[in-house]
Amino acid sequence: MTSTAFAFPGRSIEAVPARKRAHRTNVPLIAGLIMFGLIVAAAVFAPLLAPADPLAQDILHARLPPFSPGHLFGTDTLGRDVLSRLLYGARVDLRIGVLAVITPLVLGTVLGLIAGWRGGWVDTLIMRMVDVVVAFPFYVLVIALVFVLGAGTGSIYIAITLVGWVAYCRIVRGQVLVAKEQEYALAARASGLPTRRILFRHLLPNVVLQAIIFSMSDIVLTILAIVTLSYLGLGVPPPTPDWGTMIAEGQNYLTTQWYLTTIPGLCVVYVGISLALVADGLVQQFNRR
Amino acid sequence: MTFVLYAVRRIVTLIPVMFGISLVVFLLLHLIPGDPAVTLLGTHATTDAVAALHHQLGLDKPLWQQYVSFLGGALHGNLGTSYQYTGVSVTSLIASNLSPTLWLIVAGAVFSVLICVPLAMYAASKPNSVGDNAIRTIPVVGLGMPSFWLGIMLILLFALRVPLFPVSGFAPGFGGHLRSIVLPGLTVALTLVPILIRSLRASMLEVLQSDYIVTARSKGLSGSRVLFGHALRNASVASVTVLGINIAYLIGSTVVIEKVFALNGVGYLMLTAILQRDFPIVQAITLLFAILVVLVNLLTDLAHAGLDPRVSLA
Repeated sequence: MTSTAFAFPGRSIEAVPARKRAHRTNVPLIAGLIMFGLIVAAAVFAPLLAPADPLAQDILHARLPPFSPGHLFGTDTLGRDVLSRLLYGARVDLRIGVLAVITPLVLGTVLGLIAGWRGGWVDTLIMRMVDVVVAFPFYVLVIALVFVLGAGTGSIYIAITLVGWVAYCRIVRGQVLVAKEQEYALAARASGLPTRRILFRHLLPNVVLQAIIFSMSDIVLTILAIVTLSYLGLGVPPPTPDWGTMIAEGQNYLTTQWYLTTIPGLCVVYVGISLALVADGLVQQFNRR
Repeated sequence: MTFVLYAVRRIVTLIPVMFGISLVVFLLLHLIPGDPAVTLLGTHATTDAVAALHHQLGLDKPLWQQYVSFLGGALHGNLGTSYQYTGVSVTSLIASNLSPTLWLIVAGAVFSVLICVPLAMYAASKPNSVGDNAIRTIPVVGLGMPSFWLGIMLILLFALRVPLFPVSGFAPGFGGHLRSIVLPGLTVALTLVPILIRSLRASMLEVLQSDYIVTARSKGLSGSRVLFGHALRNASVASVTVLGINIAYLIGSTVVIEKVFALNGVGYLMLTAILQRDFPIVQAITLLFAILVVLVNLLTDLAHAGLDPRVSLA
């Protein structure tokens, strides 16, 4: 683990000849993909891996400590198997986290393309909208939106889209402003191609990479938002297993069963580390060529 | 004089943003699916109650009239009355809950500076050392750490296992406030550190590589003298700016942290209002937080322009 992104900041990378650099294995990217792949596999195969039904209550065996026979991570306050709930919780949280990033990515990229390419009043209008959304603290606006739309998964998707597109719009617009002065863009424009074709066939492939790299960290932020909303009672409704609800349920038993809150939190942290490594690896792969 | 002009221009650009903010907050009511009055009162409400709320919310008027009266009220500090505490104005409810939130914001900012600046200075003064690399893993590990979970872990360690600080609540008196705000403030700071540290380290590196530092070193000044006598001054401008950029995140995280520590601040008021379906409170607090962010951003920009002569005021 010596050649992580952190061990090779700007200066030392220049010391490595360009040819060798291209072939060096990208350790953070591979490590991150393996870590993320493992948790995705755990989520996908949860029905096979889970030792018990995540909803099955067994009050007589409630709050068993970890390493109890048949319950690796113990049982919760209703006697449900914690490991099974973690696995099924991964299904819920990862699915929403990944899906909820797609619409803001698409919406923000399209608006950023248009704003950067057209300029003028279109640009001003779109960027003023960005300024307005950015003025709201993320959690305050998301909580307010989920409240008015009604708690639940559908509202989370809408709220995250309404708030999340701005980051992609800013990133893509910045890239377009640079790209549109480059020769291929000038050539495309000079040859009289329709704007839609220039934007989506010529510019998009060149500017979308930064947005995709950001979406890796954005998945983490979105999962955090889902878990936080569930903790506040506005997210995934019980009894559906979800890491945020598990943390909230465990908080009342902190003095005696500290692991009920600690373990689901560590799952979120694990996902965060894996995707942060992927994002750093992608930066290392593409941005330092 | 140029500074005054800059300040005026900066304030003028805020006008459309403020309009946009008020529009978003106003439209929140209309995002409620179905009839807002029925949804807010619940299905058991009588027809008279629904009609009364219709009138109170102004839903019987055209949309533009509703917005004009909302904006007019907001400009006069009138943001409606609470449903759960009948007849109490939302503004007075917020005012009585403001103190813990302001304490938390200040504590969070102070703690994050106290944690970040020394770490960033150390990392920038010894780039690529073991310590620097350890500091650079902070964003990777911290990115996915849920703030509320971090708060609960701090409660577990420093309030339950080692009872140094209260588990929750906002104890009376100055000393009580101080003791109650340590763990929440630390939680806010620790969620902010992974975001701040990267850009702060970069700006510290930039400061340490600038000509005047090289000059100071070549004069034969000791490393610590250069660091604290020369670099710290400019580095502090950088940290104020980095903190200002992330102030929205800091302010937003107080809502969740107040819930974890049961601090009866503005965020706590918002969350209890949500449970009671007390719409005017939620609406007013959303507006308040956005205005707070805009004002802090303005102050950061002006302070930056005033402190750093290199900032172009054109």
